[in-house]
Amino acid sequence: MSDENDVILDDLSDEDLVDQMKDDLYDGMAAEVREGTQILLRRGWEAGDILSQALVEGMRIVGIDFRDGTLFVPEVLQCAGAMKSGMELLRPILASTGSRASLGKFVIGTVKGDIHDIGKNLVGMMLEGAGFEVIDLGINNPVDNYLAAIDQHQPTVLGMSALLTTTMPYMGVVIEELDKRGILKSLPVMVGGAPLNQEFADAIGATKYGRDAAVSAELARALVGQNH
Amino acid sequence: MGRCLVLACGALAQEVLAVKAALGLSDAEMTVQCLPAELHNRPAAIAPRVADVLAARRGEFDRVLVAYGECGTGGALDPVLAQYDATRLPHAHCYALFAGAERFEAIIAENIGSFFVTDFLARHFDRLVWQGLGLDRHPHLLPVYFGHYRRLVHLAQSDDADLRARAEAAAQKLGLAFVHLPVGHGDLTAALATVTEGDRV
Repeated sequence: MSDENDVILDDLSDEDLVDQMKDDLYDGMAAEVREGTQILLRRGWEAGDILSQALVEGMRIVGIDFRDGTLFVPEVLQCAGAMKSGMELLRPILASTGSRASLGKFVIGTVKGDIHDIGKNLVGMMLEGAGFEVIDLGINNPVDNYLAAIDQHQPTVLGMSALLTTTMPYMGVVIEELDKRGILKSLPVMVGGAPLNQEFADAIGATKYGRDAAVSAELARALVGQNH
Repeated sequence: MGRCLVLACGALAQEVLAVKAALGLSDAEMTVQCLPAELHNRPAAIAPRVADVLAARRGEFDRVLVAYGECGTGGALDPVLAQYDATRLPHAHCYALFAGAERFEAIIAENIGSFFVTDFLARHFDRLVWQGLGLDRHPHLLPVYFGHYRRLVHLAQSDDADLRARAEAAAQKLGLAFVHLPVGHGDLTAALATVTEGDRV
């Protein structure tokens, strides 16, 4: 979006700086997004306002272009890296002030027997960009890992990912266990991964099927009553 | 034997033509048409592109085999096939197609950190994998993509020393151990034989 290489971020007005940060985030310029975040903090901005107006809004545009096929996985990973550089500064402040800027906690992990996590990582980044606090359990998670994370973090949504046809049925095992324990009634479960489809998600009792990372973030926002 | 169309993923083109020749099928018996293999990097585009071709060629053939697996289409391909009275390959992807479901599962069970390449991917690794994933432009993304993989498994369709060397070089580039498994054309042969010999689907 931006070809500017010589913008002095500190010289910009707040409004122009936020716009520039969104451009820099889109271009995957991590150092610039971090610097912009530092400047806004120095100017007295609330961490939650920087998150929502610059970073989340920037990632929302990235998500739209990813969904529409304008941006592809490598570029989105760059964007997510840029957002992360700003988030690293904001996260401790948000935590220490008990800010409610977050849409809630989203526990996500790849299921047992599956180490393929590129899709899961993309979803995690898009969710963070959409305003969720993401608890990433990583790869190869047995049901006990999900249960422990639910117990510890009390998430708003649980997400599971699988790439293999041989591992995706395990999502059903987890959902069944959640149902047995009465957790499913109050915890929406999203599933995704290349071999999945809506029919499979319905069959195992998942709340939502996320076809791709951008769609997943939109669905998650909808689940917590936040829609653009 | 009636007229048959095989609408294949470009990643299977050589293998489909090799099996067609091995089965002794003429062009009159089997027409092979391909879509770009690059669609795999945008799987949402596969079903619409398949639908476009099947609509354009409707009525030309007695039987149509779409030489794709599930291929990350999220279930979008099967309704298109139903609409145009076509079938597709068994298995979710070409790794299981070539290795066979049982063997594929055994390889994964032996090491879940297995990254697969076929002859096609060995041949086009730089363009489709390295550049396709942006690793030429953003090499720092390598651990993001491949951090959990431990070995590259070359499921070889042909006995080709050059392709084996290319696959091994790809493994080195990714920092993975290398395993070479000659699996041939696997279930592709049966799928093509069935579509040419079977009744109208």
